[in-house]
Amino acid sequence: MPAPPDRRHVGAPLPRLDAWGKVTGATTFLSDEPRSDAWLGAAVRSPLPHARLVSVSKTAAFPPQAVLLTAADLPCANLVAMVREDLPLLAADEVRFATQPVALVAAPDRETLKAALAAVAVELEELPAVLDLDAALRGEGPVWGADNVVAEYRIDRGDPDAAFASAVTVVEGTYSTGYQEHMYLEPQGVVATPRPDGGVEILGSLQCPYYIHNALKRALGLDGDRVVVRQSPTGGAFGGKEDYPSILALQAAVLALRCGQPVSMIYERREDVACTTKRHPSRTRYRSAFDGEGRLLAVDIDLVLDAGAFTTLSPVVLSRGVLHVAGPYRVPHARIRGRTVATHTPPNGAFRGFGVPKAAFACERQMDRAARRLGLDPAELRRRNLVRDGDTFVFGQTLRPGMAAADLVLERVLDRSGYEQRRREARAFNAGGGPLRRGVGVTLTMHGGGFTGDGEDRIKGKVAVRLDPDGLVTLLVSSVEMGQGAATVLPQIAAEALGLPVGRIRFHQPDTSAVPDSGPTVASRTTMVVGRILVAACRQLADKARAFAGDKAADPLLAAGHAGLTATAVYESDPDIDWDQSTMHGDAYQGWSWAAAVAEVEVDVDTMEVRPVRLTHVVEIGCAVNPVLCVGQVEGGALQGLAWGHLEEMKLKDGRYWNDRMSTYIIPTSLDAPDFDVELAELPSPRGPFGAKGLGELPLNAGAPALAAAVEDALDIEVFEAPVTPEILLARWREVSR
Amino acid sequence: MNISLELNGRPATWDVEPGEALLDALRRHGVLSVKRGCDTASCGTCTVLLDGAPVPSCAVPAPRADGRAVITVEGLPDEAARLGACLAAEGADQCGFCAPGLVVAVVAMSRELEDPDEAAINHYLAGNLCRCGGYVSQTRAIRRYLQEAR
Ligand code: FES
Ligand code: FES
Repeated sequence: MPAPPDRRHVGAPLPRLDAWGKVTGATTFLSDEPRSDAWLGAAVRSPLPHARLVSVSKTAAFPPQAVLLTAADLPCANLVAMVREDLPLLAADEVRFATQPVALVAAPDRETLKAALAAVAVELEELPAVLDLDAALRGEGPVWGADNVVAEYRIDRGDPDAAFASAVTVVEGTYSTGYQEHMYLEPQGVVATPRPDGGVEILGSLQCPYYIHNALKRALGLDGDRVVVRQSPTGGAFGGKEDYPSILALQAAVLALRCGQPVSMIYERREDVACTTKRHPSRTRYRSAFDGEGRLLAVDIDLVLDAGAFTTLSPVVLSRGVLHVAGPYRVPHARIRGRTVATHTPPNGAFRGFGVPKAAFACERQMDRAARRLGLDPAELRRRNLVRDGDTFVFGQTLRPGMAAADLVLERVLDRSGYEQRRREARAFNAGGGPLRRGVGVTLTMHGGGFTGDGEDRIKGKVAVRLDPDGLVTLLVSSVEMGQGAATVLPQIAAEALGLPVGRIRFHQPDTSAVPDSGPTVASRTTMVVGRILVAACRQLADKARAFAGDKAADPLLAAGHAGLTATAVYESDPDIDWDQSTMHGDAYQGWSWAAAVAEVEVDVDTMEVRPVRLTHVVEIGCAVNPVLCVGQVEGGALQGLAWGHLEEMKLKDGRYWNDRMSTYIIPTSLDAPDFDVELAELPSPRGPFGAKGLGELPLNAGAPALAAAVEDALDIEVFEAPVTPEILLARWREVSR
Repeated sequence: MNISLELNGRPATWDVEPGEALLDALRRHGVLSVKRGCDTASCGTCTVLLDGAPVPSCAVPAPRADGRAVITVEGLPDEAARLGACLAAEGADQCGFCAPGLVVAVVAMSRELEDPDEAAINHYLAGNLCRCGGYVSQTRAIRRYLQEAR
């Protein structure tokens, strides 16, 4: 479907609208401005992963002007509302993870705060801790509920047992993935200010203003008007500022209400890394049955995620993982079981990709293992099995005409990267001996945009647009700008819908007292879902302006500027969507985005250092609303995925993150990035604005599996884990050469 | 203790604490462009020029600035605007938290290296982390900036 020729703003490679302020330093982040009016807040944390909390008390040295709050002193419900209400704000009798807050302290200045923190006595009685997945699966503890299972989902299709019995080849593998730290460069922070009406106002670096609004309303028992949440310019988030800011904001809020002063809680890097959420570690056992032609007959998959000690978002992360774990492939029979289990470790949370990167890693590693067993090129095996229009996923969603682009992205990436030739060249290079080996790997992934199933219908995102006297249109949405480009892309969509230049659109900084709840800034939903609602609101506004100014007005939106017009639209799904949440069956996602990548790596066999040399990445996203920003998203996301695949390793020691500094948890520098070659493909979707689908998370999915495939190709050994560290590679290399 | 320095071309006298980091002293004196990403000299978001050399201001004691010239992005408005335009045109600027430190480091590089190629740029800027981008567009933007500046 060619793009309509008359489009002016959607599809334009517009430089981001907020660049100038950021580059010149004119845009200030929360921690930049010293807040002399604010007290400082901090948490007193448990050093032990599991303990009975005997007492928390002030010693004689506790400064009289400082404030200490324990669970017993809380003026509100002791909970942080998320998917469930099991997470206490402060541990009351039992500590269930190291770094869990047992008390809060506030003081007027840094010295007093330090003195106060040093003068809090915490008495703990250590209890045995369940720290690994196997112990958790055995039900030890239990840490959570009766058996540690925080959530479980199953997908069953056809008769997998019969299919396995009739298979020509059965392939089995177990794949594991590790923690990942977001390491947004701006650490987390909020400032809470008490309001004269007894409520509280939050200013913070965050993704989801209304998540915090809800958590504060629930815990403090306040009505919505007395809780205001405003977003400060946010220096990266990647999911890390989805759930955790609810905890931090509530801590600051109770302190502020107690002291009657603004309370600032801005993390230093070490506390941020030590205490905030990470990507869930995973382990997936994968069995696949193939016929004589290398066609998939069935899969039998057991996916396990480590939730940490409380529910937080783990069930949602898991359900997305379960829905993606069979990959972009045609699978007639399936048995899929997903569980997320509790351990005495800090709760894991949202990270760009949510459940998908772990699921895609397992699925793609398994396809490569199968290709070896079947004697097929990995690209050819994928070609034989990928889904096309008319195919039905294991969970019952049939791809309607124009929805499937797996073949498109795969063929494009093979062609663009010169895959076959690059593989041959790598073979020839490796035959020469020497310490360097080259390898080339391909991967195919997909990502469902927006909330799962009927999630968007339940959220019912709302958008408002307001026509101002100067003829500018202000967008009122709760979607935040956090680097991904919402404050540029949404104005482009509005400009297109209204037929105005982008310069006539204003993006309102998210603020719950001024903008409606458009839903959280997560799940690659902002462009596709919020953009869609925005188009509806803009069309209404244009109609109203025309009605006011008359048909003859050359610029009705300018002529009607003084009329005080606004328009509001609420998400409405298309009527032909079929989803059953209780059985997880049907149209899981309204828009699927597709990505294929070819990674080329160089490995030094003496050190087993892996260097990604080149990544060719073809993504199909319906409509690239802003191609420049899209490429930025693809490169950045892919680098995070690559780094998770080999560089980023978070270690746990006695239930605590061991390498909790930027000098010990390594993220990529300019020397670690490969050469990126990105192609944006567009197969417009009727579900998104101007055909757009989700993009933000998609590029992360391909990084780790593409890298693992290339390493495998370079060394001729198998890779089962992300990150695949030099230690792992050396051990496996020695095994094989022996 | 009192120190005298030149801040962005203007003389200044500051009262600083012996253990205070230059980053904190800058903040206290209203220089807000300098970011704090780590406090362990690992991220480069706090980069300033000290007598022309790029340093992480979180790791420089404020008293060491006595008698020296400190330049932050506030003192490089033209360079920031031009490099910023190149970064934005290439899609390399995302959350922007790394940008002020990067601008300072690029200005230092442009004074130190003549016509650096991609490898030289990546090497020079390895201490300026960006978590949002993939560095490749950033390097392209910097090359474009250097070409335009010549
Ligand atoms: S804050 Fe100074 S290098 Fe990170
Ligand atoms: S743009 Fe976000 S850290 Fe560089």
